[in-house]
Amino acid sequence: MKILVCISHVPDTTSKINFTDNDTKFDTNGVQFVINPYDEFCLTRAMWFKEKQGATVTVLNVGNATTEPTLRKALAIGADDAIRVNAEPIDGLSVAKEIAAVVKNGNYDLVLAGRESIDYNGGMVPGMIASLVNYNFVNGCVGVEIDGNSATLVREIDGGNETLSSSLPMVIAGQKGIVEEKDLRIPNMRGIMMARQKPLQVVEPVSTANATEVQSYQKPAPKGAVKLVSADNIDELINLLHNEAKVI
Amino acid sequence: MSVLVFADAANGKFKKSAFEVVSYGKKVAEQLGTNLVALTINVSSNEELYKYGAEKVVSVSENKLATFNAKAYASIIKQVADAENATVIVLDSSIDTLYLAPLVSVSLDAGYASNVVALPSSTAPFTIKRKVFSNKGFANTVISTDKKIIGVAKNSFGIHENPVSGTVQNMEVSLSDGDFTVKSEKVEKVSGKVTIADADVVVSAGRGLKGPENWGMIEELANVLGAATACSKPVSDLGWRPHGEHVGQTGKPVASNLYIAIGISGAIQHLAGVNASKVKVVINTDPEAPFFKAADYGIVGDAFQVVPELITKLKAFKEA
Repeated sequence: MKILVCISHVPDTTSKINFTDNDTKFDTNGVQFVINPYDEFCLTRAMWFKEKQGATVTVLNVGNATTEPTLRKALAIGADDAIRVNAEPIDGLSVAKEIAAVVKNGNYDLVLAGRESIDYNGGMVPGMIASLVNYNFVNGCVGVEIDGNSATLVREIDGGNETLSSSLPMVIAGQKGIVEEKDLRIPNMRGIMMARQKPLQVVEPVSTANATEVQSYQKPAPKGAVKLVSADNIDELINLLHNEAKVI
Repeated sequence: MSVLVFADAANGKFKKSAFEVVSYGKKVAEQLGTNLVALTINVSSNEELYKYGAEKVVSVSENKLATFNAKAYASIIKQVADAENATVIVLDSSIDTLYLAPLVSVSLDAGYASNVVALPSSTAPFTIKRKVFSNKGFANTVISTDKKIIGVAKNSFGIHENPVSGTVQNMEVSLSDGDFTVKSEKVEKVSGKVTIADADVVVSAGRGLKGPENWGMIEELANVLGAATACSKPVSDLGWRPHGEHVGQTGKPVASNLYIAIGISGAIQHLAGVNASKVKVVINTDPEAPFFKAADYGIVGDAFQVVPELITKLKAFKEA
């Protein structure tokens, strides 16, 4: 089984978000970049398939050379090789088109990607890849088992879960549950050393077209201070929620 | 030219978000000087949408869609968008819609902006404001394709009445075997409980509750408020509560009107998942808990004293 795991290079969750150039660019100054947490769940699941069922795992990122340390980390976790599409990601559709070209070229049986990235939160790339290459697709996966050419999947729905069946090839958008957080892997020294020797191929983009573009960024309006209510005065809290906030 | 809204339903009943996207679509249609068309799938009583401004409802009935199927739903939206010459398609942000929207985007070659929080600030260029960086910023985004898809973030626009006299048109659609290659085998839902996705109010608790045996008062408070229950990540990791209740960055996002956090310190990952909620109340013994900085109202106090009293007082308030 050939597995492709799409890796988004995103600011660490704890990063302060600032904008530069008259609020037209994200300020990367002092920001630590990591593997997108949702993609990390998918990568761990791919490693499980590799070790238990036999699979090759390729990791992929669409980005400039600054994303290579993130791909090397994925290699250190255990992926076999990496591909970087040498393009500045502009929007979800343009990223999906680049990944779709790699999928077609590599005949992957399974494409795994996080349900969304924690920076642009678009939630669109996995579904778009599936549509572009005409693979089956399941979003928001919290469970996947593969037997030969057949996959059994569990996705989260409002108030519960749905079990689905599909055949490969397919695209799966994963989230916590596809593996548990405690099972996520931290690269060890041997993995880090080996990652240096593993192939990281750079390919040129197939298209420069994008459908959307950010014109400017804004930060949320500063929040007022919390109104503290005494623990002995619950009536006051109810009064505030009813008359001031109007939420009860 | 028209604006098409997909009014999502479950078991033949509109989701609350359907009324929000119809309200939103009506305003966009007014901005563009065009008409609004609402699409419904397997809904028998469509007239409810007239109240929010849908002059025309295209109603699709399809026996093959007893359960949701993303590819088939996307195919129907494309067929109706083509038939109605829709240039803007408005969708909600339910779990099912987030599943099908990217498929619609590719099939219509339409730029898709998700998590949209406001009406277009301009229609030429078509510019909308969306949430990014896990609610820590907004991106004013231009959609440059001829057709445009807007995914409206939950609870960001609200439900606005705008009554019109409308008509319903039944439409036959064609679905192929290729639309059903992913099959639903089983649906398991917790019945009789308010789900986090639908809830206006969410009552959430963390490790401050000390153990799963103490969740009775959280559920009772949720009952009084008609709220969904939720929990922090450590609580679901410890197995005190099911994973489906975990809210936060890697759990479920919450955009309720009221979020009550009890015994949750407010780690940045938790806040990223809940700060789209409009009003946040924090109850915690530690006055230094970071959640107080993000909250609107707070009580520094012991949950085991505050929550039972809050339940009693709320019951009295509701009965008054």
